[in-house]
Amino acid sequence: MNWFIETISSSIGKKLLMAITGASFILFLMIHLIGNLTLYFGKAVFLSYVAHLHALGPLIVAVEIMLLILACIHVTTGTFLFFQNLYARPRRYAVKRWAGGRTIGSATMPYSGFIILAFIVLHLSNFHFVDLSERTIFDVISTHFSSMLYVFIYTCAVVVVAFHVSHGFWSLFQSLGANNNKYMPLLRVLGLIFAVSVAIGFGFIPSYVRFMI
Amino acid sequence: MSRTINLTLKVWRQNKANPGGFETYEARSISKDMSFLEMLDVVNEELIVAGKEPIAFDHDCREGICGMCGSVVNGRAHGHMEKTTLCQLHMRHFSDGDTVSIEPWRARAFPVIKDLVVDRSTLDEIIRAGGYVSVNTGGAPDANAMPIPTEMAEKAFNAAACIGCGACVAACPNASAMLFVGAKISHLSILPQGRPEAAKRAWAMVTKMDKLGFGNCSNETECEAECPKGISILEIARMNREFFKAAFF
Repeated sequence: MNWFIETISSSIGKKLLMAITGASFILFLMIHLIGNLTLYFGKAVFLSYVAHLHALGPLIVAVEIMLLILACIHVTTGTFLFFQNLYARPRRYAVKRWAGGRTIGSATMPYSGFIILAFIVLHLSNFHFVDLSERTIFDVISTHFSSMLYVFIYTCAVVVVAFHVSHGFWSLFQSLGANNNKYMPLLRVLGLIFAVSVAIGFGFIPSYVRFMI
Repeated sequence: MSRTINLTLKVWRQNKANPGGFETYEARSISKDMSFLEMLDVVNEELIVAGKEPIAFDHDCREGICGMCGSVVNGRAHGHMEKTTLCQLHMRHFSDGDTVSIEPWRARAFPVIKDLVVDRSTLDEIIRAGGYVSVNTGGAPDANAMPIPTEMAEKAFNAAACIGCGACVAACPNASAMLFVGAKISHLSILPQGRPEAAKRAWAMVTKMDKLGFGNCSNETECEAECPKGISILEIARMNREFFKAAFF
């Protein structure tokens, strides 16, 4: 077998795939968050950000295609790992208590992952694949968030994303081997700060649009 | 204060004829100074007197260094005390009237032989794949011919403290053996004697581990929390680095 295929199909290789694709999504989330924060400054600022973003033209399409490929790798590898891990313990413990290593984020990674996947499909159908010939994206956003159901779904989904990245952030460094005694506490704290930033930054957007604008 | 306690044990019993299930036993007048294994000895003596099959469990040194003993007690590998093996878990940490559940390590790679005894020879197979240094025959080299900084020696020793009990696999939500393999790869790769074969070793041990049906690490750190020798998950990070070096360079 080709050495590359052999590497990425090994247990550590699959971790590598999850880490690299996960790191790309964290980078994307950071950029997405910074962009979306313009919503807190009102319609004009937000639409100006959108205009600047779309002025990038083909670059945006290239990034979108790349994100789609990365998502396919992340989801496929993650699904494979999930079932392989279930297979590794055919009989579960009748009594199991965790020793303190697990967090809500780490214990729910596969489940939060699948929820996020479903949310991304909804999110893209709500705000990406929409006709903008007679209205602005801001109109689309305010129309959707005038419904309390959407405010609720989006806020919950963002909390799920925050839990997912709370484990994913430091975990990717560990998987890459870029972790030691010196950096581990810093990585853990940065992961937590990032997760909280995601929860607050994205989390209040639906309510802000619904009640404040 | 009473020096003895009474416990109700729910013990996993399994053999070739019995696919497995819990049986309940009373452990009476157990001295608080006993170890968990000594408590099982007392229960077994009563079972033998009653003409019943004693509970099979692994044990050897009974001083926490051989890695033979180990069961999941009340849902925790080696019981609820930190950094102890089952033989070093003392009955003073239980209360009178407690119900104690005792299960074997559960993993596809650790099939149950009988009751609480599991086959951990998969760990030996991983060692055979590369967990050694090749030494030429001939006169022993001079003791201090190869300078090794104390810090390096300590790091290697921290990893070498692994006794191969399998608690990391038992505690891991995914039944992964990465803490064990990480410790073995680390303790040899840190020292100059282990460097020449480091890449070959990392590749061979990791691919062997994968073939044996262990799960994948998802960095939940349950293994580190349950390891009786306190092996750090940073050994897994080092293993990952060694594996990448072997794969990509």
